[in-house]
Amino acid sequence: MAAAAQGILTFLQTWWVELVCGIVIVAVVPLIAGYVVLVERKLMADMQARLGPMRVGPHGLLQPIADAFKLLIKEDIIPDDADKIIFWLAPIMSVSAAMVSMGALAFGPTFQVARDINVGILFVLGVSSLGLFGIVLGGWASNSHYSLLGALRSTAQLVSYETAAGLAIVSGLLLAGTLKIRAIVEAQQHFGVWFIFLAPVAFFIYLVASIAETNRAPFDLTEAESELVAGYMTEFSGFRWSLYFLAEYANMIVVGAVATTLFLGGWLRPFPNVRWMNWLDAVPALLVAAIGAYCVFRAGKQTVRIQSLFMWAVASSCFVVAALLAVPLVVAPLRFLMPGLHGAFWFLLKVGGYLYTFMWLRFTLPRYRFDQLMRLGWYFLIPLALVNVFSVGSAMMLELEFGWNRWVAVALTLIVTLGAALFLLATSDKRTAAANAASAASSDSYAG
Amino acid sequence: MLDSVLFYFFAGIAVICAAMMVTRRNPIHSAVFLITTLLATAGIFLQLRAEFLFGVQIILYVGGIMVLFIFVIMLVRLDAPLQELRFTFQRWVAAFVALALVLEVAVMFLLLRRLPGQGSLVLRAVPADRLPPNSEALAQSLFSSYLLPFEIASVLLLVAMVGAVVMAKKR
Amino acid sequence: MMPAGHYLFLSLALLLIGAIGVVTRRNVIIVLMCIELILNAVNINLVAFSRLYGDVAGQAFALFIIADAAAEAAVGLGIIIAFFRNQETVFADEMDILKW
Repeated sequence: MAAAAQGILTFLQTWWVELVCGIVIVAVVPLIAGYVVLVERKLMADMQARLGPMRVGPHGLLQPIADAFKLLIKEDIIPDDADKIIFWLAPIMSVSAAMVSMGALAFGPTFQVARDINVGILFVLGVSSLGLFGIVLGGWASNSHYSLLGALRSTAQLVSYETAAGLAIVSGLLLAGTLKIRAIVEAQQHFGVWFIFLAPVAFFIYLVASIAETNRAPFDLTEAESELVAGYMTEFSGFRWSLYFLAEYANMIVVGAVATTLFLGGWLRPFPNVRWMNWLDAVPALLVAAIGAYCVFRAGKQTVRIQSLFMWAVASSCFVVAALLAVPLVVAPLRFLMPGLHGAFWFLLKVGGYLYTFMWLRFTLPRYRFDQLMRLGWYFLIPLALVNVFSVGSAMMLELEFGWNRWVAVALTLIVTLGAALFLLATSDKRTAAANAASAASSDSYAG
Repeated sequence: MLDSVLFYFFAGIAVICAAMMVTRRNPIHSAVFLITTLLATAGIFLQLRAEFLFGVQIILYVGGIMVLFIFVIMLVRLDAPLQELRFTFQRWVAAFVALALVLEVAVMFLLLRRLPGQGSLVLRAVPADRLPPNSEALAQSLFSSYLLPFEIASVLLLVAMVGAVVMAKKR
Repeated sequence: MMPAGHYLFLSLALLLIGAIGVVTRRNVIIVLMCIELILNAVNINLVAFSRLYGDVAGQAFALFIIADAAAEAAVGLGIIIAFFRNQETVFADEMDILKW
C-alpha cells in the first residue's frame, strides 16, 4: 500500500508538467474548437458581404456557448435497429483519436505532453488516422443506407489522401533528419530557413491532402447537406453530434500544427537567426495590444451596457496577455520565459493562418464530385508526392555530397517537380477526356 | 514500477480483448475487439522501447489492415440473422489441444520453479536510458544489414497489391 | 523491462487464443482476424527478445512480419470477396464445392 503510494508520488514528480499540459489540452481544445466555429461563421459572413452571428453577446462572441448549451440539452435519439454499443463508441473513437494525437504535438518549446518521443510525427499521423474508425463505425451503426454510403466514401477519401499526406511529410522529414517534433523545429532553426522555402511543393501537397483528411470543402462531399444529408453524422443528434464536430475541428488544429511544425518553422519567428530582425520580437505584444485597443474602441460603441462591459473584459484580457508577452522582452532577468511564451504565440499565429486558408478555400471553391476527388488523389497527388520525395532527396544530395549552392539545388529540383506536376495534370485531363468520350460513345451505341 | 503497471495493463487488455474477439457473434464486434487488442500490442511495443514498431503497428495494422477488414465485413454482410452456429464441429478438439498445451507449459514452469529469463543464463536487458535511439538504429540495420529483405518486402507488397486488385475486381 | 518470461506468457496466451479461433470459428473473415492475432503474438515475442539481447534485428524481423501480414490480409480478403460473389457464403463449412 505504501509502495503504491510512493510509486504514484514518483510518477507525479517526474510527469507533472506533461500531465498539466495534457489537462490543459483536454480542457481548452473544446472551447477553442467552439470559437474556431465562430471565427469561421464570421469570416464566411464577411466574404459574403453580411455580418454573421451578432445577437448572442457583443458581435456574437458568446455564440459558441449558446450552441454548446443547446447541443447538450437536445434529445438523444438512437435509431431503431442500430447497434447500440457501436453507436455509443463511434463518436468517442473520433474524439479520442483527435485529442490523443494532440499529445505528441509541441505547441511551443516547452508545451508538449509526450516528452519528445522518438517517433513524434509517426505517432501523430498514426493516431489521427484512428479517427477513421469513428467515421466508418458511426456510418455502420446508424443502420441507414445514406449514413453507410457517406461513411464508406469518407473512409475511402481519408485513406487515399493519407498516403499523399504521408509522402509530403516524408519530404519534410528528409530535410529535418529526425522524427522528433522538437528536433524538427530545431533543424529549421539550424538551417535558418523554414522548410516551406526548401520544399514548397511538399507544403502544397500537404495543404491539399490535409483539407481532404479533415473532410473540409472543397472535399466535403461526404458531409455536405445537399448531398447525403450529413453523411455518417446523420443519425447522431445532440451531444454525439457535437463530439463528431469537435473531432473535426480538433483534427483541423492537429493538421495545422503538423504543417506548422514541419513546414512553417514551428515556434520560430520569421527570420529566426537573422540578428537585425530582432525587432520582430516585439510584434507579439504589439499585435495583442492592438487587438485590445480595438476592443476598447468597439466597447465605446456598444448600445447595451452589459455588452460594452463584456467588450471591456475582452480588451483587458488582451492587455494582460500583451503585458505577459512584453515583460520578458523588457525585464532582462525574466528573459528565460521568452522562448516559451513567444514561441507559443508564433505557433498559434501560424496555425491560425493555416486554418484561415482552410476557411478561405471553403468559402471560395465549389465542391468536388467523388470520382473527381479520387482521381485527384490517386492520379495527381500521390505521383507528385513521390516525385517530390525524390527531388527533395536529390537536392539534399546535390548540396551535401557535391557541394552545390543550396538555393540552386532547390530551384533545379523544383523545376523538375513542377514539370512533373504539369505532366500529371495534362495526362489526367486526357484520361478524363478519353473516359468521357468512351462513355459518350457507348451510351450512343445503346441509344442506337 | 511504472514498467510493470504498464505491462499488466496492456497485457490484460490484449488477452481479454483477444478472448472476446474469438467469441463474438457479430463480426463487427470481433473487428472492434481486434482493434483494441492490436492497440494493446502497440502499447507493449512502446513499453519495450520499440517506438518505431509502436508507430508502424498503429498506422499499418490498426489504420490499414483493420479498415480493410471492416470494409470487407460490410461488403459480405449477409441478410440472414447473425449466424446461428458460431463454432465448428471441431471446437472440442481445439479446446482439448489448447488445454494440453497449457498444462504442458504449466508443468514445465512448475518443474523449473522459475520463469525463463531469470535462470542460470544471466542476461540483463540494456537499461532503458542507455538504449540507442530506436528509429535511427532500426533504419541503420534496415538499410545496411537487412537491405535485401527490405527490397523483397517491397516487391511482395507490390505483388500483393496487384493480386488483391485482380481478385476483387468485378469481371 | 519485465522478466522475459512475462512476455513469453503473453505471447503464448495470444497465440493459443488465435489458434483456437482459427480452428474453431465458422466465419472465414474471423479466421483471418485470428491469423492476424497469431502474427501479433509472434511479434511480441520477437520484440521482447530483441530488447533482452539489445539486438535490433528482432524489431526488423517484426517489421517484415507486419508488412507480410498486410499483404496476406489484402490477398486473403480479395479471395473471400471473389468467393462470396460466386457462392454467397462466408462460412467455412459451406465452402464445399470441391468435395466429392
